[in-house]
Amino acid sequence: MTEAILRQIIDYAHRANPYPLYAELRKTPVYHDADGPFVISRYYDIQSLLHDPRISSDARNLRAPAGGGPLAAEADEETALPPSFLRLDPPEHDRLRRMTNRPFGPPHTPRRVHEMHGELKDIVSGLIDGIDSPDRIDLVDQFSYPFPVTVICRLLGVPREDEARFHSWADIIAASLDPDPGADADERAKVSHNARTELGMYLAGLIEERRKKPGDDMLSQLSTAGGPDGVMTTMEVLSTAALLLIAGHETTVNLITNGMLTLLRNPDVLERLRKDPNLAVPIVEELLRFEPPVQLVPQRTTVADIEVRGVTIPKGASLWLVLAAGNRDPDRFEDPDRFNPDRGDIQHLGFGSGIHSCFGAPLARLEAQLALSELARRLENPRLLEDPPPYRQNAVLRGPRHLPIACDGIRP
Amino acid sequence: MSADGSLDRLKREGRIVVVGASLAGLRAAETLREEGFAGSLTMIGDEPYEPYDRPPLSKQVLLGRATADRTGLPRHRAIDAQWRLGVPATGLDMAARRVRLADGDEVEYDRLLIATGVRARPWPQEDEAELDGVFVLRTRDDADALERSLAQGPRRVLVIGAGFTGSEIASACRERGIAVTVAERADAPLVGALGGVVGEVAAELHRKHGVDLRCGVMVTRLEGDSAGHVRAAHFSDGNTIQADVVVVSLGAQRNTEWLAGSGLGAGPRGIACDAGCRAFDIRGIVTDDIYVAGDVARSPHPLFGYQFLSLEHWGNAVAQAETAAHNMLSDSADRRPHIWVPAFWSSQFGVNIKSVGVPSMGTEILIAQGSRSEHRFTGVYGYQGRVIGAVTFDQTKWLQFYQQLIETTAPFPPAFPTVDRRPEGQQPMPADFPDPSVPTHGPTVTLSGYAPDDRRLTFTPARH
Ligand SMILES: Cc1cc2nc3c(=O)[nH]c(=O)nc-3n(C[C@H](O)[C@H](O)[C@H](O)COP(=O)(O)OP(=O)(O)OC[C@H]3O[C@@H](n4cnc5c(N)ncnc54)[C@H](O)[C@@H]3O)c2cc1C
Repeated sequence: MTEAILRQIIDYAHRANPYPLYAELRKTPVYHDADGPFVISRYYDIQSLLHDPRISSDARNLRAPAGGGPLAAEADEETALPPSFLRLDPPEHDRLRRMTNRPFGPPHTPRRVHEMHGELKDIVSGLIDGIDSPDRIDLVDQFSYPFPVTVICRLLGVPREDEARFHSWADIIAASLDPDPGADADERAKVSHNARTELGMYLAGLIEERRKKPGDDMLSQLSTAGGPDGVMTTMEVLSTAALLLIAGHETTVNLITNGMLTLLRNPDVLERLRKDPNLAVPIVEELLRFEPPVQLVPQRTTVADIEVRGVTIPKGASLWLVLAAGNRDPDRFEDPDRFNPDRGDIQHLGFGSGIHSCFGAPLARLEAQLALSELARRLENPRLLEDPPPYRQNAVLRGPRHLPIACDGIRP
Repeated sequence: MSADGSLDRLKREGRIVVVGASLAGLRAAETLREEGFAGSLTMIGDEPYEPYDRPPLSKQVLLGRATADRTGLPRHRAIDAQWRLGVPATGLDMAARRVRLADGDEVEYDRLLIATGVRARPWPQEDEAELDGVFVLRTRDDADALERSLAQGPRRVLVIGAGFTGSEIASACRERGIAVTVAERADAPLVGALGGVVGEVAAELHRKHGVDLRCGVMVTRLEGDSAGHVRAAHFSDGNTIQADVVVVSLGAQRNTEWLAGSGLGAGPRGIACDAGCRAFDIRGIVTDDIYVAGDVARSPHPLFGYQFLSLEHWGNAVAQAETAAHNMLSDSADRRPHIWVPAFWSSQFGVNIKSVGVPSMGTEILIAQGSRSEHRFTGVYGYQGRVIGAVTFDQTKWLQFYQQLIETTAPFPPAFPTVDRRPEGQQPMPADFPDPSVPTHGPTVTLSGYAPDDRRLTFTPARH
């Protein structure tokens, strides 16, 4: 019975609504089967493991590349780049994350995200203005996909004229994160490898330019700014930029799309948001709990034997932390399966927690808040054309592949 | 108690008085209303201001980034209280259930919450303390005055005492480019709270940021010029330094004098109360209608051998206030203990310092993660084979894990490896706290007599 749960979670048939499976999983808080991973699904357990220094994010600590089931195919950077800080432990993690943070957030750059407000709004307006036939809109292709890529371009300092090339590399790489057993694996691997190489070469060129003539974009600052931690090597800048691109974009697409889907399923909330854009703040927090773009964290391992709820997880074991299951744990949240932006107490796991908690969270929040409030304000009488919409294959970074909607017109 | 309906009556039309209108007082008042108290609520505070927040006073305010009048505490809900601000309470009549005020008024209560906190310990030589340019830092007015004098660009500031507040003041001065000397009697800053091993790191931080740090010395005398402005300080090692601003940062004294003679067990170490925040009288008998919360309270903690802890921690004031307020309106079966795990934060010299548990009980320390030389580490304190406290320098995100070890009385030293454990963290070392047997305030209660009939408790009033 339990054996089936993981397979079912991975099984595409359950993609549109995995939550009943998560509820089943929570009945075995430390779920382990044969040579599979140890799966943790309760809120408090996940929360404490995310702060546990006996848990490593560094794949080199895995005893054996524990058969993570079909999900192990979760294609990652099979490039020659060194691991990004997402896949490292302290002290390397801390050093790289700190250096990346210097040009991005407090204390050195406290206003960077805030100051992008106007620019983000322009991008959002531009995309909505570009919708020509309101009777059939694919929200993913026409809005939630291009938005974060454009934002990342601006943040990194990719020249406007190159944004289109950048978009197409990003699309290919993102598509390769979406394990699709149906497609020709070799062909896909080749295409994505080429895209990565081209993107890498492009970025390396940009970095060279910025070293000579720095601007106030993040690439310039990552490749030139000296601080107490020194300067990043070109390879480090490259893997950091790749991380920002992939992580910052694949997730935000889903946050916005899941958001609009949820709002369309809860028209009263959508209507409230239309009248009061400030409601976007609690709505986005509740979304991060209710439909988190990152459903689970599969790349953790133990550096010691540890005990969770009486079960000993041996050193070197592979660990899955199912954030989305924890977010709906009835021991933590009242009426967890209800989308309720008015709940006050909402310490969700949507951005993880601890030292690897989402680096881009402030930007993702702002992007989603602006996107949803503007969509609510400008789309006249929006409705879903398909429910559930078609989902991506990926069970980890879960979200609709398309979101066909219609509306009566676009408000100015 | 509610069997006879008195609790319902209290909730409906009772009178609750809160003395001390600051963090603990305000949060208690909010909780009282939250839990359905509809009677009359009186907030008595000797400061003329509505409740404000103190941590920013030694940080943002001294840096000139916020003004002292902008530190008002956020309100979680309306409390609909009668405010008696700018009027100290001067006495308590426990039998008549009345609080006396300095303006001669008296206020009757059915339940009383005492949250009078602490005040800065002044410079002991009164004439020297009165010199222009000599400051303490506890209140909004203190911060305002000190900030104004820093803004005038003093040539040198002397900070006496390198505890958390003194260190934060020194840090703010350096950030503003002001020359600063810090004098500390112990061998390093923060030694009382965190021990010598961590104190050494704190000393490095001071020096790295250009503080003229003098440890193992005492300031013996402050010297003024003819206009009555401080100009120099003399040290026990025979040295003299010139300084035109002196900040006395020698810790705090509990505001309990107003309770002298009331029969409440209040003294220089604070007001003892049970884990449910009910105050003891001088006989050690718990009262039913007087509660205590915040910096002025001393309460037993089951996790720390039922030791009576007095904590000058922001988070403690909030948690204890909420518990006190809840218990004031509850039957004995519904009362909750205040078993908050102590936690404290500070920020100085660009480093975020946090601690949990009671590090000062620790005899040993292990650097569980990171490295002292990088000023980024997690130290775990051990006491009799268990984990009793932890501190992080710029590693806050790990602290929760160590708090769990403290809560579960995990063995010390922790037997497992962690990510980022360096060679220096393989073995515990003595935590190096000053000798705890050094006398502090002396006894506040003495016992006399032999036969049971003869046995008497004598209360020695506070000599602050
Ligand atoms: C400069 C500074 C920085 C700090 N930084 C930190 C920090 O970084 N982290 C941290 O955890 N904690 C910090 N603290 C400690 C924290 O501010 C206190 O723990 C908290 O204020 C305690 O709240 P309280 O309500 O118990 O007492 P208080 O805030 O002291 O309030 C007591 C109030 O009662 C009034 N009062 C006294 N006697 C009477 C009387 N007889 N009648 C009427 N009113 C009376 C007092 O004037 C005062 O207004 C800092 C404190 C200071 C001063």
